[in-house]
Amino acid sequence: MQLSDINWFKYAAPQRFYPLAGKLLPWCAAVAVLLCVAGLALGMFIAPTDAQQGDAYRIIYIHVPSAWMSMVIYLAMAFWAAIGLIFNARLAAMLATSLAPSGALMTFIALWTGALWGKPTWGTWWVWDARLTSELVLLFLYIGFMSLHAAIDDIRRADRAAALLAIVGAVNVPIIYFSVKWWNTLHQGASVTVTKSSMATPMLAGMLIMALAFWAYCIAVSLARLRVVILEREQHTQWVRAELGVRS
Amino acid sequence: MGGYGLYVWGSFGVTAAVIAAEIWLVAARRKAIGNLVADAGPDESKDTP
Repeated sequence: MQLSDINWFKYAAPQRFYPLAGKLLPWCAAVAVLLCVAGLALGMFIAPTDAQQGDAYRIIYIHVPSAWMSMVIYLAMAFWAAIGLIFNARLAAMLATSLAPSGALMTFIALWTGALWGKPTWGTWWVWDARLTSELVLLFLYIGFMSLHAAIDDIRRADRAAALLAIVGAVNVPIIYFSVKWWNTLHQGASVTVTKSSMATPMLAGMLIMALAFWAYCIAVSLARLRVVILEREQHTQWVRAELGVRS
Repeated sequence: MGGYGLYVWGSFGVTAAVIAAEIWLVAARRKAIGNLVADAGPDESKDTP
């Protein structure tokens, strides 16, 4: 079987994607739980105390994964919003709206844990430097996306308006990522890149495992929310009524 | 946690709480749409000539 034999558009229909999401969801959730247990065991019990920061550095096991996910989810949201806008694809627009709350949550966690890490290491909860401020702008973009979508009654118009905001806001993601290079910030530069790392192996392994756990969790919860969004939007169709066990 | 317990557990605790809240909110939303469709009753539109 070749890739060209696969009908990629088969699952573009919400009715077809709904059961597929239901099958993927428990696997992603199980992977998230297992990786989280492994990552925390490695990070909290095996990885040594940092010579400079003491045990305060262990916040890294949720701060970095959540910060990465906040940016990845935004790019995914903007991508699917753009697909929905360009091709008038309903499922893509639903996926974008399903990703937004998880992205906002990851951004909040990154900011919260960053503040709790900043106090013992920098001596302050917050500074208006480029990295922190651009991450806060990301939270406002997520909130703006969800608020704009909720404010428009016509759901397809809401999809289009929110998609424009998501696409324009995507410019903030590279600003967040490169802010520590472009400006002189209190936030440290990247400890990990694709080619090198300045971290001890157990610390790095624990952080990367937690990053994968966050990936799996975000996919699982976004799929769960997408299934709910599909049911909400297709509630007047026969297949949803049958799915929910309502006599037609 | 070498004197950093407030910061470390404050991070992990709030993260666990908001993730639990997110899961609960999705489950509640799923229940709400189920109830909404069930309360609407049988679809009688197909009986309309």
